[in-house]
Amino acid sequence: MTSHADNPAPSRRRFLGGAALAGAGLVAAGTARGQSPKPDPLITDVQDWNRYLGEGVDKHPYGSPSRFEKNVVRRDVPWLTASPESSVNFTPLHDLDGIITPSGLCFERHHAGIADIDPASHRLMIHGLVDKPLVFTMEDIRRMPRENRVYFLECAANSGMEWRGAQLNGCQFTHGMVHNVMYTGVPLGAILAEAGLKPQAKWLMLEGADAAGMNRSLPIEKALDDVLIAFAMNGEALRPEQGYPLRAVIPGWEGNLWVKWLRRIEVGDMPWMAREETSKYTDLLADGRSRRFTFIMDAKSVVTNPSPQAPLKARGRNVLSGLAWSGRGTIKRVDVTLDGGRNWQEARIDGPVLDKSLTRFYVDFDWNGGELLVQSRAMDSTGYVQPTKEELRKVRGANSIYHNNGIQTWHVKPNGETENVEIS
Amino acid sequence: MSKSPRIALLAAAAGLVVVVAGPLFAQPATKPQAPPKPPHAGQAQAPAASPRLGLGREALPEEIKAWSIEVRPDGKGLPPGRGTVRQGDELFQAQCASCHGEFGQGNGRWPVLAGGQGSLKDDRPEKTIGSFWPDLSTVYDYIHRAMPFGNAQSLQPDEVYALTAYLLYLNDIVKDEDFELSDKNFTSVKLPNASAFYDDDRESTEKSFWGRQPCMKDCKREVKITGRATVLDVTPDSKTAPKVD
Repeated sequence: MTSHADNPAPSRRRFLGGAALAGAGLVAAGTARGQSPKPDPLITDVQDWNRYLGEGVDKHPYGSPSRFEKNVVRRDVPWLTASPESSVNFTPLHDLDGIITPSGLCFERHHAGIADIDPASHRLMIHGLVDKPLVFTMEDIRRMPRENRVYFLECAANSGMEWRGAQLNGCQFTHGMVHNVMYTGVPLGAILAEAGLKPQAKWLMLEGADAAGMNRSLPIEKALDDVLIAFAMNGEALRPEQGYPLRAVIPGWEGNLWVKWLRRIEVGDMPWMAREETSKYTDLLADGRSRRFTFIMDAKSVVTNPSPQAPLKARGRNVLSGLAWSGRGTIKRVDVTLDGGRNWQEARIDGPVLDKSLTRFYVDFDWNGGELLVQSRAMDSTGYVQPTKEELRKVRGANSIYHNNGIQTWHVKPNGETENVEIS
Repeated sequence: MSKSPRIALLAAAAGLVVVVAGPLFAQPATKPQAPPKPPHAGQAQAPAASPRLGLGREALPEEIKAWSIEVRPDGKGLPPGRGTVRQGDELFQAQCASCHGEFGQGNGRWPVLAGGQGSLKDDRPEKTIGSFWPDLSTVYDYIHRAMPFGNAQSLQPDEVYALTAYLLYLNDIVKDEDFELSDKNFTSVKLPNASAFYDDDRESTEKSFWGRQPCMKDCKREVKITGRATVLDVTPDSKTAPKVD
């Protein structure tokens, strides 16, 4: 906040104190009430950026965010996993707005690190129960009819650390295994049509070219419905960590199925029961049995501001902001409570409301400095109402790891600090 | 200047027609040109529901074989081969034990591969091959495709059979150190938790989450905080976050 004073011009040194005070924000402005107002040197002084030339157009052939946004980064939790190559990091949801996640901030989840693939060396093979097994180059794929679609990708384990209670302090960590971008790609159905499906075709196996050989079984109905084989995100090529040069996009379904660095699609008549659909991505319930093929991500929401990493800074007018999404369709409504669920109000949804996409909501409110217990509750186009964590635990117990879409509570204290809590 | 003629030459040699000197041609294509002609040419013209585009080329048997590494629960995909518990023990100590422990107990945070049978209803279940995995084929498939971590697809079929046999032994599923696992007897081995999985049933068991008219006013009398994240205090701060370059 006071970074503009980091390299002060000599002529401005005497104004440093005043600048730092102004930079301290609204709290300082509030205490100044009653005193005679002093002119703001940020206005009365000519600032460096107002006098000297800025960088020229040849400085950043590929731009990056302002240096003042250096805290808007992906973060990981080292103790979560044994190695950074089979691990996860988190999207800084509390620092973002709208519905599109900037490509460089999309959370990552790898099982054997980021495969480094020259697109000229990449091949996609389709074989198995097809009329004619085929091999495609990236150039072939770029000659097929394309679609552009915005979808969320949520890791099945998003909020998984929260099953037993409030653990991680920030929506980046509790809800940040999600991102939402516009994909450009080819419908999988069109690619399968090139090979010609045999009548016994029931399941596909998608496999990555990485050292994990990531593979998952996908029912044919979904494959022919809305799955894309994407080569671009947010208008440019996929980022390496998101599967460059080619990935699967499986709208509304758990992120693990969105195989990155996609190199092979086998057509079969039954699922393969790969490690990622038996040992992992199966949901252990209280009776010791487990659900499998829990593909769909249910309706979910989270208030991103205020949240532990984004405390309230001033009394009076404030913006509560958050995200809602559903793997079953569109978001129809989001309710917000500020008093721990005693009373609710309908939030204002703004921006595009797209199928299986993040949806942005707001509540513009006045804060009198009292404690708040903030929650949001999403409803989707199928009539599904986001449950509480307690309601989920009643059905599933606390050991199912995946698919935690329970309502999140933030406790805002009188000083604005905000904490991840569970309430009765 | 020196680059363009070479590219044009290579492109000509590869039989490519350079329409636009765009960046695509910066890497001379190694693609064997399969002109989209004979099989689908007629269909491509017809206004069919999903007309074939005539893109891609036929995959050769050698190529399909090279990439078809998957093994299914019914044994489809198993290569010919065999390996004993004893052989697996030796391989495991050399290739696997540094992460997974001599007896599959897992070092540090590395995965536990054996034990935990009967723990799935416990407060802290131990999910291993023996206690949780439904199919032996997954053990073979996963070891072969992804292990050892950092040197995947380096094991020969006999080695994967031996390691799979040793993991059965560590999990008390076979008791004999001379047990030999092969493509012949593979599908006769059943894992203890095989029948404990069922397809997603949320739409019936969680039916009550649909179609509710949620309460909006005076929904409860009092609210208590029952758990706090800061009590655990395991969240990293911004100082431990990765750097932006």
